[in-house]
Amino acid sequence: MPPHGNNFKGKPKKGTLKFLIKNFLHLYKWRMLLVILCLGINAASNFSASIFIRNITDTLTSTTLTKAEMWQQVGILLGIMGSIYIVAIFASYTWNRVMAITTQQYLNDMRIKLFNHLETLPIRYFDTHKHGDIMSLFTNDIDTIRQFISQAVPNILMAVFSITGILVVMFVYSLWLALVVLFGSFFMMMSAGRQGGAANKFFGKQQQAIGKVEGNIEESINGLKVIKVFTHEEKSIEEFDKLNDELFEYSNKGNRAGNIIGPIMGNIGNFIYVFCVIVGCIIMVQGWNNISIADGVAPITYGVILAFLSIARGFSVNVNNLAQQIMFVAMSTAGASRIMDLLNEHEEIDTGYCDLVHIKYHKDGTFEETEERTRDYAWKHPHQADGTITYTELKGDIVLEDVTFGYVPEKTVLHNVSIYARPGQKIALVGATGAGKTTITNLLNRFYHIEGGKIRYDGINITKIKKHELRKCLGIVLQDVNLFTGTVMDNIRYGRLDATDEECMEAAKIANAYDFITRLPEGFNTMLDGDGSNLSQGQRQLISIARAAVADTPVLILDEATSSIDTRTEKLVQEGMDKLMEGRTVFVIAHRLSTIQNADAIMVMDQGRIIERGNHEQLMKQKGVYYQLYTGAFELE
Amino acid sequence: MKTLKDLISKLKLVFSYIGEFKKYAIITPLLMVGEAGAECAIPFVMSILVSTIEQGQGNVDMSLIWMYAGILMALTVFSIICGVLGGVLAAKASTGLARNLRHALYAKVQDFSFANIDHFQASSLVTRMTTDINNAVMAFSMVIRIVVRAPLMILFSAVMAFISGGVLAFIFVAIMPLVMFGLIFLMIKAMPIFKRVFKRYDKLNESVKENVEGIRVVKSFVREDYEKDKFATASNSLTKEFIKAEKILAFSNPIMNTSMHLSNILVLFIGSYFILEAIPVGGVGTLNVAVLSACITYGIQILAGLMMVSMIIVMLAISMESMRRIGEVLAEESTIVNPENPVYEMKNGDVDFNNVNFRYSLEAENNAVSNINFKIKSGQFIGIIGSTGSGKTSLVNLICRLYDVSEGEVKVGDVNVKNYALETLRNNVAVVLQKNVLFSGTIKDNLRWGNENATDEEMIHVCKIAQAHEFIEKFPDGYDTYIEQGGTNVSGGQKQRLCIARALLKKPKVLILDDSTSAVDTKTDAIIRKNLKEIVPDTTKIVIAQRISSIEDADQIIVMDNGQINAIGTHESLLKSNEIYQEVYYSQTKKGGK
Repeated sequence: MPPHGNNFKGKPKKGTLKFLIKNFLHLYKWRMLLVILCLGINAASNFSASIFIRNITDTLTSTTLTKAEMWQQVGILLGIMGSIYIVAIFASYTWNRVMAITTQQYLNDMRIKLFNHLETLPIRYFDTHKHGDIMSLFTNDIDTIRQFISQAVPNILMAVFSITGILVVMFVYSLWLALVVLFGSFFMMMSAGRQGGAANKFFGKQQQAIGKVEGNIEESINGLKVIKVFTHEEKSIEEFDKLNDELFEYSNKGNRAGNIIGPIMGNIGNFIYVFCVIVGCIIMVQGWNNISIADGVAPITYGVILAFLSIARGFSVNVNNLAQQIMFVAMSTAGASRIMDLLNEHEEIDTGYCDLVHIKYHKDGTFEETEERTRDYAWKHPHQADGTITYTELKGDIVLEDVTFGYVPEKTVLHNVSIYARPGQKIALVGATGAGKTTITNLLNRFYHIEGGKIRYDGINITKIKKHELRKCLGIVLQDVNLFTGTVMDNIRYGRLDATDEECMEAAKIANAYDFITRLPEGFNTMLDGDGSNLSQGQRQLISIARAAVADTPVLILDEATSSIDTRTEKLVQEGMDKLMEGRTVFVIAHRLSTIQNADAIMVMDQGRIIERGNHEQLMKQKGVYYQLYTGAFELE
Repeated sequence: MKTLKDLISKLKLVFSYIGEFKKYAIITPLLMVGEAGAECAIPFVMSILVSTIEQGQGNVDMSLIWMYAGILMALTVFSIICGVLGGVLAAKASTGLARNLRHALYAKVQDFSFANIDHFQASSLVTRMTTDINNAVMAFSMVIRIVVRAPLMILFSAVMAFISGGVLAFIFVAIMPLVMFGLIFLMIKAMPIFKRVFKRYDKLNESVKENVEGIRVVKSFVREDYEKDKFATASNSLTKEFIKAEKILAFSNPIMNTSMHLSNILVLFIGSYFILEAIPVGGVGTLNVAVLSACITYGIQILAGLMMVSMIIVMLAISMESMRRIGEVLAEESTIVNPENPVYEMKNGDVDFNNVNFRYSLEAENNAVSNINFKIKSGQFIGIIGSTGSGKTSLVNLICRLYDVSEGEVKVGDVNVKNYALETLRNNVAVVLQKNVLFSGTIKDNLRWGNENATDEEMIHVCKIAQAHEFIEKFPDGYDTYIEQGGTNVSGGQKQRLCIARALLKKPKVLILDDSTSAVDTKTDAIIRKNLKEIVPDTTKIVIAQRISSIEDADQIIVMDNGQINAIGTHESLLKSNEIYQEVYYSQTKKGGK
């Protein structure tokens, strides 16, 4: 296995936010336009309230109007105000609803996109990342984006609208005082930037720490049996606490930075207010000229100052609202960064162009491609040069020639391995853990790409075959069985989705799983969950063999497939499989040598090299390593 | 009502874990009182300042201005101090609560029996420990900062409104409960949906977990598209539920707006009426325009307070279900716990099964093992053999209480296993599991799992018994050789022998080997058995094996079939009389015997 331990760095990258926003806007252009429009109406209606109130009080204090006229005026004003409010309420409902729906749809798209990309990644990726850490992306990291979009985006937009409006109005009243406000805003930005930067940094670390914590939780639940039989609970809690404390430290620091942005910025707003009062009064007392859009150059009046002050308050309220959102922005940048890390991982590269097709034989031995599901296959090999297509029958002639491979460049695990599997042969790989047996199977289905040498299927270099098509012709049963949530039937059918119930039951019989399945509470309809934890190790292996049997592929790889099955059952399984695999090529890895005795060729491997090869009789005569293994004088090491 | 009570008890439980951060959780709201005080005082001073300027009509007394400006500055500084400190402490209190909850959940899970784990499902436990805690704590951090502040603001503004506006203030009093009822109604509507949302979340997580762990299966069967569809379906159904809930919550903002606007209009309308008809109101005599606008300002403040409350309510709606889920785990009693007066001493390694029946869950129809009766004398070597799924592993799991019997009793050293302290039991009954696990660390580190304080001599001693000493010595670093994660740099047989040595370090009274010499060659296997017999003669040895050769010299062999004991006897007697045993025997010796 390649080395483990590359965690997602999750260091917030520059441009993450930009990407996020761009992506979001691109997807939901029209809806966002609607939201912006509604937010604008909302902001404007809030803003207009002060104007109406002023007009109404003006009317009420008017000395020239009669009572009836006043009533009429007030009535009209209230009527307009009410209509604006009704529109605003609808606008408010609209944007809230649209945002709520859009947020969830966006997250859904994101999750699906993330998952779809995950499925395309090479096995290497899964071998080198902690599983809990990957799972964390789908929950904790996606969740940060939820808060960003549903909370931060509308609030920021709203605040930006209001602030822009207020700034314009400020210049209408007084240039000097507006400059005071701008100057103060500069300080606000600075301090928000600093705190925001700190929050950003720590939230990045926080998301990374959450990933680690989740990785640990996952591992400990999977390994709970071992922990329990060694009464190691305390120790394992101790280890968890280390990670937990680390997470606490970062989330505390991140939240602290986020929490203090609000009070600091809000109060800077108060300072600005005070400065406006002082500057305004000094200007007034000194009789300096004011410059404004409304009055041009003229001495400042107390009316201007008063008007300006009420606007300044609105300004600081909105800035405060804006500040509250910085935390969400920082957090989502951290989450989005990790998500982008995954999205930026390169997909499994596939340069193949040969397909696997079903064929139908004619009486004269020739064949043609067919849509029908026959048990015969051919490689469909298009030639680019002249546009012709050749068909090569799939016979299961598999050749490894001088294959050299290492999971990491520094360490070669296979040295010049050559294996010739003739159609219908059963090839056994024998050797200690780490000898390279499983590595060979990883190469046969192109989970990993070879560096030196060639692998050919029926004479075709496997790099020319589309990976999917290649894997379609391979059935595989691994020692560690992975089952999926669903019924037993679903799990067997996983091998071939269009298999009928009867075919699945037939496969279960071949795998000798039929008897125990029918004894389960609901037989084939028994739900398996938590990776089939309610089954014994051996039973799980039988199901996975049935799964491979129903796939009925021309080539089969059995990697310690019967290690947890008792010898009696194993024999029955073997007979069934042998019948199924008649005329097909099989690779078997097993430490129980009785399983592989009847193999056509046995490769004894040691440290990435084949040290002996031949059939059982030949190897026994040779009296080498195999002989010693077989007679029990020697152990696989 | 019952569910509400249940919810409240769960919430209480969750918050009881605040522990050492309690002081921060208490001080934070106090600081917020300070901030709220300043928040109310600042506009008050501002209005005085404004009226000073107004009254001056262009001529202001700068010294008065400076004084009010000074007061404002002081208040602002005070507000900053309270706000920042409050923020810092709120962060500490909430992330601290999160830390304690994660620790508590983790410790709880370590304590769980497998029946408990099956009850919750692994992936759901993971979600509860991460996402749910996040949700709960996020709400908590908001609540402690707003819980005092918002009501204070509302109260202060309401009082001011009454003082200045008299009867006009009743408008706010009338509208406030409307708003609250509206919001609470939304929450009640949304909560059951959130409950479903979280269940879907678990499913989604499960699906990711299965794919990440089983990616080799997915890829080799070329099921990527199938899995993508499956995931999309799960994700879509989650989204559908979420949108349903969010659509309900989307009403909260418009409700706030409506009430704000409505009260504005009512105040203006009724206020205008009072002014124009010169009707006296409350204690302030006749209403005038200045009072009217003040009243509106306070109204806005009341509603701003309500707005905060509504924000909390929305947060709570989402987090309530999270908290309930956390509380559920915390409240769950492990089905396997220490007895009240536990036995700390194990006399000997006798093992008795009396009429034992066992099924994995109450709902399970079939027993995993049934009618088990046998007695093992201390020091005996017992072999267990049987076909796949015949209940061998289930049987031995009962001895160290990984599971509890459903009926009957299991005794070790003449004491029911349920009466031992768990640690005593598991230290004296050592199991080498079928799925062996070594951890990353040196060989010594791994061995020390068996006994933390083992000396080098002791380690060498057990490794010699387990036939591991020889190969360990051959490694360049000997006992300090580093084992990679999952033990990938030692062979299967070596791993098994290390695991046996590790178990032996506990000096157990009962040693259970569950198919744990399968990868060891027969010769070494025989030596290990001989060593065990000779060097630890008093330890009861229970060996599950597939190979007849591993158990043929056992004192007794138990043949399991379909969850029941088919026969008990020695190799010779079974070979004579037991059909299953004969079949297994001949299937393995055909090569030699034919």
